[in-house]
Amino acid sequence: MSAPGNFAIPERGPGIWQPKIQGIVCNWCSYAGADLAGGGRIQYPPDIRIVRVMCTGRIDALFVLKAFADGADGVLVSGCHFGDCHYLEGNYKAAKRMFMVKRLMKSIGLDDRRFRMTFVSASEGAKWGAVVTDVVNMVRELGPSPITEFKIK
Amino acid sequence: MVEKKKATTKKTESKKEDTKKVAPVKQEVKKQAAAPAVGSTTKQEARIGVFICHCGTNIAGSMDIPAVQEYAKTIPNVAYVDNYKYMCSMPGQAVIAKAVKENKLTGVVVAACSPRLHEPTFRTATKESGLNPFRFEMANIREQNSWVHMHDQVGSTDKAKDAVRIAVAKAALLQDLFPKSVPVEKAAMVVGAGVAGMQAALDLAAAGIKTYLIEADMSIGGRMSQLDKTFPTLDCSQCILTPKMVDVGRSDKIELMTWSEVHEVEGYIGNFDVTIRKKARGVITPAEATERGIVGGGCNGCGDCENVCPVVKPNDFEVGMKPRKAIYINHPQVVPLLYTIDFNSCVKCGLCVTACGPEKRAIDLEAKDEFVKVKVGTAILATGYDIFPIEKKEEWGYKRFENVITSLEFERLICASGPTGGHLVRPSDGQTPKRVAFVLCAGSRDNTGTGKPYCSRFCCMYSLKHAHQIIEKIPGCIPYIFYMDIRSFGKMYEEFYYRIQDEGAKFIRGRVANIVEDKTTKNLHVMTDDTLLDRPIDMEVDLVVLAAAIQPAADTNRTRKLFGVSCSMDGWLLEAHPKLNPCGTTTAGVFLAGVCQGPKDIPDTVASAEGAASAASIPIHMGEVELEPYFATCIQEKCAGCGMCVNLCPYSALSLVEKDGRTVMEVTEAKCKGCGTCGGFCPGGAIWMNHFATPQIVAQIDAFLLGGEQ
Repeated sequence: MSAPGNFAIPERGPGIWQPKIQGIVCNWCSYAGADLAGGGRIQYPPDIRIVRVMCTGRIDALFVLKAFADGADGVLVSGCHFGDCHYLEGNYKAAKRMFMVKRLMKSIGLDDRRFRMTFVSASEGAKWGAVVTDVVNMVRELGPSPITEFKIK
Repeated sequence: MVEKKKATTKKTESKKEDTKKVAPVKQEVKKQAAAPAVGSTTKQEARIGVFICHCGTNIAGSMDIPAVQEYAKTIPNVAYVDNYKYMCSMPGQAVIAKAVKENKLTGVVVAACSPRLHEPTFRTATKESGLNPFRFEMANIREQNSWVHMHDQVGSTDKAKDAVRIAVAKAALLQDLFPKSVPVEKAAMVVGAGVAGMQAALDLAAAGIKTYLIEADMSIGGRMSQLDKTFPTLDCSQCILTPKMVDVGRSDKIELMTWSEVHEVEGYIGNFDVTIRKKARGVITPAEATERGIVGGGCNGCGDCENVCPVVKPNDFEVGMKPRKAIYINHPQVVPLLYTIDFNSCVKCGLCVTACGPEKRAIDLEAKDEFVKVKVGTAILATGYDIFPIEKKEEWGYKRFENVITSLEFERLICASGPTGGHLVRPSDGQTPKRVAFVLCAGSRDNTGTGKPYCSRFCCMYSLKHAHQIIEKIPGCIPYIFYMDIRSFGKMYEEFYYRIQDEGAKFIRGRVANIVEDKTTKNLHVMTDDTLLDRPIDMEVDLVVLAAAIQPAADTNRTRKLFGVSCSMDGWLLEAHPKLNPCGTTTAGVFLAGVCQGPKDIPDTVASAEGAASAASIPIHMGEVELEPYFATCIQEKCAGCGMCVNLCPYSALSLVEKDGRTVMEVTEAKCKGCGTCGGFCPGGAIWMNHFATPQIVAQIDAFLLGGEQ
C-alpha cells in the first residue's frame, strides 16, 4: 500500500480505549467492497459499525453531525469512485456536502480528521480493510471525542 | 376493514397446510394494506423477532452466539430471539415462519451474512410467514464481522451485539412496501459482435426476441475471426465461425448495426432507451439505396472502389502487416459484405465514386454520423479484449527488434488468408525461421506494475497450438517454449500438452529476462534462467513470439459507464456474484458475456454468452419485472417548494407542481431509482425515502451510539 496512513492493526485489550466509529456506506461499491474484504478474510479492527444506504448521495450532512452529537469518536463515509456511481453522480453530491461538514467541524472546534470520506469500489476488499484500519488508528491518536464531555450522563 | 383482516387471519390459520389455497388469500392482504401513510412510522407496537445464524462455524467460530442471543433479549421491541445453525436452510426459514405466526411479530431481523447475499432469501421467508417482505432487516455479522475479526472473540461479539441492536432499531420503523411491476420491452441489445456477442444474439433471436447487435468495427466476428486454428481440436477458426456470422446476417430477428457505438443509455430494466451512433460509413447498402430511390443500387461488395483508391494505410485486421485502402473491407469473408470509408484517411478524390458507377451509386462521400434511438428490455455487454501493448516490457524488444512479434501477428502470418498466405516468415528478411522461441506470460502474471497481475488464461494453450503448427508446416523447425507454468486446465487440454511434448517442442521453464538482437543476422538471443536445470540460458533463435497479455477493449470503460456497470481493478467488468451470478451485473437487466468479464477461452466465452442470453431473455419472457420500491416520496405538508431537489435528481424524476395553491415537489415513480440524493439534501426533511427514510437511518445511528435509547 503506497498511500500515506497507518495500516498497522492496533492492539486491543482491557484498559485500552476503543473508539466508536460510525460508518455510512453505499450499497453498490463500499458495502460490496466490505463484503469482499470478508470473503478475502482481510482482518481489520472491529471498532466500526456500518449503516448501509443505497448511495452516498442519500447521506444528509445532519446524519454525520447526529453521529458526532451522539458521541461518535469518528465517522467514515464511503462510496463509489468518481465516475463509477451506480446512480451516475450521487457521490459527487455527497462529496460536496462532506466538504461542508468538514468546514463546519473546524469552525466548531472539532478536529476534522475525525471525519473522512473515502472511495472504495466493489472490487477493493483489501483497500476497505486498509481504510478502516487507518481511520481507527487516526481516531485512536486523536482520543475520545470532546463532545462526550458535554453529554449529560 | 378490521373485520376483514380478522377473517383473513383465520383463513390463513385454518388452511396453513394447504399452500395452494393460501396464495390468493395473501394477495387479498396485500390489497388491503396497499396505502401506507407516507412519513408516518408504525402505529402499532413493534414486535421484532431476532434470528441469529451460526453459519456452521463461519460465524459461530469467531464469536459467542449465546451471549449475542442473551443480549438481544434485552433490546427494546424485541419479542422473540432464536438461533439456528444455518438460517438460510429450509428448516432455518421455517423457524422464522413459525416464530412470526406464534409470536405475532411485526418485523424480522436476521443476523447472518451480507444482505447482498441473502436478503432476497429472507425476504421471501418473511413474506411466507405472512408479513410484508420489507419488514425484514439484516444484520451483517459474517462478511463484516466474523470473517474480518477472526481472532478477536470479544471484539466481534460486541460488534455483533451492536449490529443486532442497530438492525432492530431500523426494523421497528420499517413499513410495508409493495414492489412496482413494470412491463418489459420485447427486445434486447447485445453490444459487441465477437463470438460472444454473436452467440448471445443468435440465442436471443432463437428464443423469438428482437435483438439489436451493435458492433464498433465494420464487420462482425471479433478476435476469433483473426485466428487461424483453435486449440485443442485444431478446428479452423474461420470455418467454425463463418456459419455463425452468416446466421447473424441472415436472421430476421437480429438487427445488425456495424460501424456503430452506444452513445447514450437511459431508463431501467425492461425499458432502456438506447441511442446508437451510426458512424459515417460513406457506403450505402442495397436496402438504403432502394430507400433513396436508387433501384438496384447500393454496395454489392465488388471491390471496384478499393482498386482505384489511392490511399494506402496499414490494415488493423492484419495487425498492420498488410496494406489497405481508405475504402476497404477487413477480410474476404466479412459479414456484412459492405465496404466502409475510413474518413480519417480519405482524401475525397472521388475516384471510388466514379468506379462504383451510376447504377450502384453506393458511395456517399458527404455521409454524416446518424443517431438512432431504440428501446430494449435487457442488454448484454460483450465488448471483448485488446492485446496489452507489450512494447511496454522493453526487455523483450517488441517494436525495437524486427523479429520479435506477438501471438496475434503469428496467427495472421500462419493463416492462409493472412498477409503471407500462410507462410511463416521473419519480418526482417522474409526467410523461414528454423528456431522459434515462444515467450509465455508476456505481460501476464506480472507484479512489477508494468504488466498485468492476472493470468490471461489462454496463452499457454495457443502457444502449444502455435508450436504444433510450425512443427507441422516447417520441417525441421524447432519451437522453444519459455514458460513459468503450463496451465492446460480445460477438457482435453492436458492431453494436447502431452501431444505437443511428444511432437518435439522444447520446454524451458524460466521467465525470459532479456532478449538481445544480433545486429548483423537479426537473430535474437533469448536469455533466461532454466529453473529446472538451475543454469543460465542464452539461446539464439530466428524468431520470437510473445504471448502477450490481454486487457479490456479500449472502449470498455466508456460503454460500461453508460450502462452503470462497475469494473474490477484490472478493468474487467464486474459480475453480480463471482460464483453464483457470473453473467449478471449490479444493474438489473444488464448482463455480461465473454472476455469483457475476465479472460476466457472460446468454449468458456460461448458458454458465458449462452448463459447471458438465457438470463437476458428471462425478464422479456416474463413480460414484467418488479422494481424494488425504494422510491422517493414527497411529504407535501413539509415541502416548501424550493426546488433544490429537482436539480439534484440525476434521472429528472422530480418536478414542481401546483397543489392546493402551493408549489410542491412531485416524484415520477417510474423514473426514480431510489438513490436518495434528493432526500439527503432536502432542507425541510420533506422527502421520504422508502426503506431508507431519515427516521430509520437516525434510529440506526442512535441505536449504535446511544445504546438504543433516544
